Amino acid sequence: MTLLEFSRGTMLHIALIVFVFGVLWRLVTTFMLGWRKRKSEWRTSAGQSAVKGAIAVGNRSWPHPEFLNRTAFGEAVGYGYHIGLFAIVLLGAPHVVFWKNLFGINASWWPTIPSGIISVVSVVTIFLLLIATIRRYMPPPLRRISNFDDWFTLVILFTLMITGVMAVFGIGGRYELILAAHIIAFNVLLIWFPFSKLMHAFYILPARFFIGYTHAKKGAST
Amino acid sequence: MNTATQTYSGKAAPEDRLSPSEREERAMAEFAHHFGAYTATNLESCIHCGMCADACHYYIATEDPKYTPILKAEPFKQAYRRESGAFAPFFKLFGLKKKVTTEQLEEWQELLFDSCSQCGRCSLICPMGIEVAEMIEIGRRGMAAAGLAPKPLMDRAKHQAETGQPEESDRPYSEVLQDIARDHDLNVALDKDKADILLCLPRTDLEQNPESVAAMIKIFNKLGVSYTFRSDALIAENYGYYAGSRGLQKRITKRITDAAKKLGAKLVIVPECGHAYTALRWQAAEILGEELPFRVRHVTEFLAEQLEAGKLKLSKVNGESFAFHDPCQLVRKGGIMDAPRQLMDAMGVNLLEMHNKKGFSFCCGGGGGVNDLDSARELRSRAQQLKLREIDDTGAKRFLTSCSDCRVSFNEAGEHYDWNKKTESLIELVATQIKE
Repeated sequence: MTLLEFSRGTMLHIALIVFVFGVLWRLVTTFMLGWRKRKSEWRTSAGQSAVKGAIAVGNRSWPHPEFLNRTAFGEAVGYGYHIGLFAIVLLGAPHVVFWKNLFGINASWWPTIPSGIISVVSVVTIFLLLIATIRRYMPPPLRRISNFDDWFTLVILFTLMITGVMAVFGIGGRYELILAAHIIAFNVLLIWFPFSKLMHAFYILPARFFIGYTHAKKGAST
Repeated sequence: MNTATQTYSGKAAPEDRLSPSEREERAMAEFAHHFGAYTATNLESCIHCGMCADACHYYIATEDPKYTPILKAEPFKQAYRRESGAFAPFFKLFGLKKKVTTEQLEEWQELLFDSCSQCGRCSLICPMGIEVAEMIEIGRRGMAAAGLAPKPLMDRAKHQAETGQPEESDRPYSEVLQDIARDHDLNVALDKDKADILLCLPRTDLEQNPESVAAMIKIFNKLGVSYTFRSDALIAENYGYYAGSRGLQKRITKRITDAAKKLGAKLVIVPECGHAYTALRWQAAEILGEELPFRVRHVTEFLAEQLEAGKLKLSKVNGESFAFHDPCQLVRKGGIMDAPRQLMDAMGVNLLEMHNKKGFSFCCGGGGGVNDLDSARELRSRAQQLKLREIDDTGAKRFLTSCSDCRVSFNEAGEHYDWNKKTESLIELVATQIKE
């Protein structure tokens, strides 16, 4: 078995199992901690509050204008690399083939972005990730609250992005070896995911909903 | 960070003789009480973006990263990860999350009490929607359980739970109330056996702002409603809430709720005090574990209702410009956005809004018991400066608010910075403009 076969065979399967069960475990253990029935007299009904909670899930994506003068740069960088990563992972032609093979689907409707554009997006995304990394070290609050979780996640993302670009441009050694490194980095990301802050991809929905819901019940700002 | 610690630790606490391990156990037991799905979701969601610092007046004023709000919740977060999180057994087995220690709790005293007014602005900026302020509040509760809450807050909480007053006074506050009424030629309803409305007062108004107390009496007399003050439930503030003690907060809350039940009151009116509103409106039923048989309203809310019903008639002011400070607990956390503006509108107030208004208003710098801590004075002053600048930027000639604790903070800041404005009470203005 070659390294490439291992990375997209056995290791990928193990990584997927860890990812799926890990994510489920973390979510289930969180929600099984139970809910306290609140007894105050609310301003807003549960139904209307739930609607406001759902709105908050979307609304929180856009920062309140009152804060923008202090947060605009960080928000722009964050948005930039998230959009870049999503575009590459979901719309890059090699990745679309990977997903189709993985899930065993034909999905001829699945669009792809031309490889030239994806290459540009990849380089821009690496640049934005670099800025995000520097930012994690520069503003004192960010430096103070950063921990192993943040740095290790960044290391994985950089490895993933750089090996991907190397594979596309055919630089840095044998293609099979670079591709294997790229897939191994992806597998590590999958394994690391449930244990890390990457879980925010899932928690973002309930967290935003809860604050929208509870604040709406009080008529407070959301 | 150690200055405050040295001031408070050991002799600060009522349980002085507790060993470090006993303190840790008590803190953990209190933290565990709050481990639920809602809290866990908050704790699990943080992406360490640090944006909460950009909403905090203490961080903005000092640019010291230790004031990053989510950092203040660290002991609670750590306890959750170790004891109750998804991978708690794993963390424990391999020692990846250390136990919260007494030293750590002591180190966090300043961050949880001196440098957080529980204003909740950080909860609005968080892109994940984490209720950061509530996590910090739970941190305070752990500290109180461990006997590590600041002495000035804990002493007042204990005194208030015992006597109804946070501190000794020359005379009982009920006598002070009667004197204020007499000085203003007002009849005051005190200690009636039955009434529809129970009124409370901020002790700061009784001590420092008798005009505000007189304004409350005048307005309620004028409305002709069935109300009473009660000697045994006169003070609105809840020092148990400030100190983070669930037990003391409950006892202090019960003074008011029991009095209201005994009266058969349909309504309890919280005076101009933000934290009293949170303690009674949103936390009383939760901490007592029962639905309250009466409504709780802030005085501005109630008066706006009366205005709408045509029962309150107000004359216009002379067109002078006013700025208005939205108290955090009433507005951002309490949802009273419009009532003060309805009242000001009815009085023809030329309101010049601040850049950060309503839910986004900056804290006065002294809420959450911070006003009561001498150790917080310097930090408080720096945060207050931000706010004074914003008020001045409106160009308004006069300045109003609807929280007595905010007034205390602004008065202190005004003196410190030789500010050219006096902080006025919205209720006093209403009383002045009420039509005879």
